[in-house]
Amino acid sequence: MDYSANEMMTVAAARALTSEDVCFVGIGAPSAACNLARLTHAPGVTLIYESGTIGTEPNVLPLSIGDGELCETALTTVSVPEMFRYWLQGGRITIGFLGGAQMDRFGNLNTTIVGDYHSPKVRLPGGGGAPEIAVHAQQIYITMKQSPRGFVPRIDFFTSFGFGEGGEDRARRGIATKGPTRLMTDMAVWAPEPETKELQVVSLHPGVTREAMAASVGWEILYAEDVGETPPPTAEELEILRDLHARTKAAHAGSG
Amino acid sequence: MPDFIPLKTAIARSVTDGCSVALEGFTHLIPHAAAHEIIRQGRRELTLMRMTPDMIYDQLIGMGCVAKLIFSYAGNPGVGLLRRMRDAVENGWPVPLEIEEHSHAAMAHAYEAGASNMPFALMRGYIGAGLREVNPNIKTVTCPFTGEELAAFPALRPDVGIIHAAKADRQGNVLIEGILGVQKETVLAAKTAIVTVEQVVEDLQAHPNACVLPGWTISAICEVPGGAHPSYVHGVYPRDNSAYVEWDEIAADRDRFQAWMQANVLDVDDSVFADRVRGLV
Repeated sequence: MDYSANEMMTVAAARALTSEDVCFVGIGAPSAACNLARLTHAPGVTLIYESGTIGTEPNVLPLSIGDGELCETALTTVSVPEMFRYWLQGGRITIGFLGGAQMDRFGNLNTTIVGDYHSPKVRLPGGGGAPEIAVHAQQIYITMKQSPRGFVPRIDFFTSFGFGEGGEDRARRGIATKGPTRLMTDMAVWAPEPETKELQVVSLHPGVTREAMAASVGWEILYAEDVGETPPPTAEELEILRDLHARTKAAHAGSG
Repeated sequence: MPDFIPLKTAIARSVTDGCSVALEGFTHLIPHAAAHEIIRQGRRELTLMRMTPDMIYDQLIGMGCVAKLIFSYAGNPGVGLLRRMRDAVENGWPVPLEIEEHSHAAMAHAYEAGASNMPFALMRGYIGAGLREVNPNIKTVTCPFTGEELAAFPALRPDVGIIHAAKADRQGNVLIEGILGVQKETVLAAKTAIVTVEQVVEDLQAHPNACVLPGWTISAICEVPGGAHPSYVHGVYPRDNSAYVEWDEIAADRDRFQAWMQANVLDVDDSVFADRVRGLV
């Protein structure tokens, strides 16, 4: 079955989740991946959106983190202060799923600004929940497309903290959680090198070459000793993902 | 007990030039009609607070009502950026905009601190975050018991807090159902609270643990059916997602934006909102 790089990315990201996870879901690519996981191999996964919806099971992907669908299908909905105080800061989230506009080799993310903060070239939306998700979720999964504009040697702004300067930087700052343990892109799956914490490629998606990788990333890529090939999406994964997108498109094209 | 008055009257008596206003609603229950009334009354130099400034703050900023914005995520959810806000931040159009930027967790805590009559809020957060370097209102306090350093920031105490809800009863008690956001905290943190509602009913029919704001915490109740559109009201009408997608195009161009505001805000009143949701229900 033919598939797009985008579909490969979503499928690879979905596979990282298990039924035991309690996942704080960012909007966009993470939302598609988390719901694909729930509809395939991880039916028990608990999805939480920052609007306060706990254990939500949306039939279509929400356009915003606060669509009514999320509340109607949730186990319960709490206030936003409670969400951040008891559930995130309280340490009950196993996986925080984030994306970004810019990322560096240590998984630090920028969604705030391009250029200088006080006279920006582009004003992006900002951090929302991400600065605290990045330090309070037990692990962080990142999903974003590779491009020289996005995968940069130095991000313009530290919206959310990954491994900082690498090594033991998290521990030095008193952060007890693991940080970005997995990155799923449209070309590869990455994970931190155990000592330096620099993200390294652990598997390439089918057909992706190291030359194409080099052209899409703004630093010299580190490869694990034993780089595998990401298994392609199965027919079942693709079918469920496409159904989900079709339902979503139909729902959002109308008036609600 | 609050006054049951027209929205125009409630805004005119509470929102004045230079005051601070929080119009809240976390995607859900966003008080669009109230924002449009503020724009029609031509208020200037406002300090606006809102976790997720989206379309209504884009409109208030683009119409030159705002001097300062305190926020944590400025985007059109699921669609993209706020083009009027960007124009103000990047080019100072139509007037320069000062920003004070926080994270969601911090804003939520700061409203809670305001509602709790505390001078500041604290949390374990902003660790390694760039906002610490650019926002002088993010400071550090040391836990007196463990020595741990925690982030501190001022409580939010808006002069006026404005929210929307599905219903109030005749005593002015307001029921909030669905995504709660910071609706309760906004009302309790504000010096004056205005609530627009879909309808006034005899009995709220609330269960014992429902989120109810007693009428005596509210200054004015204004009945504005459809007043959250294109945001939504749980169980009443859905989010008009296509309007958010269209907004991206309208706001992309200054002239088109101004023409849209003239036709859909300045030349009308709050009675138009009921029609806007009629086709959605």
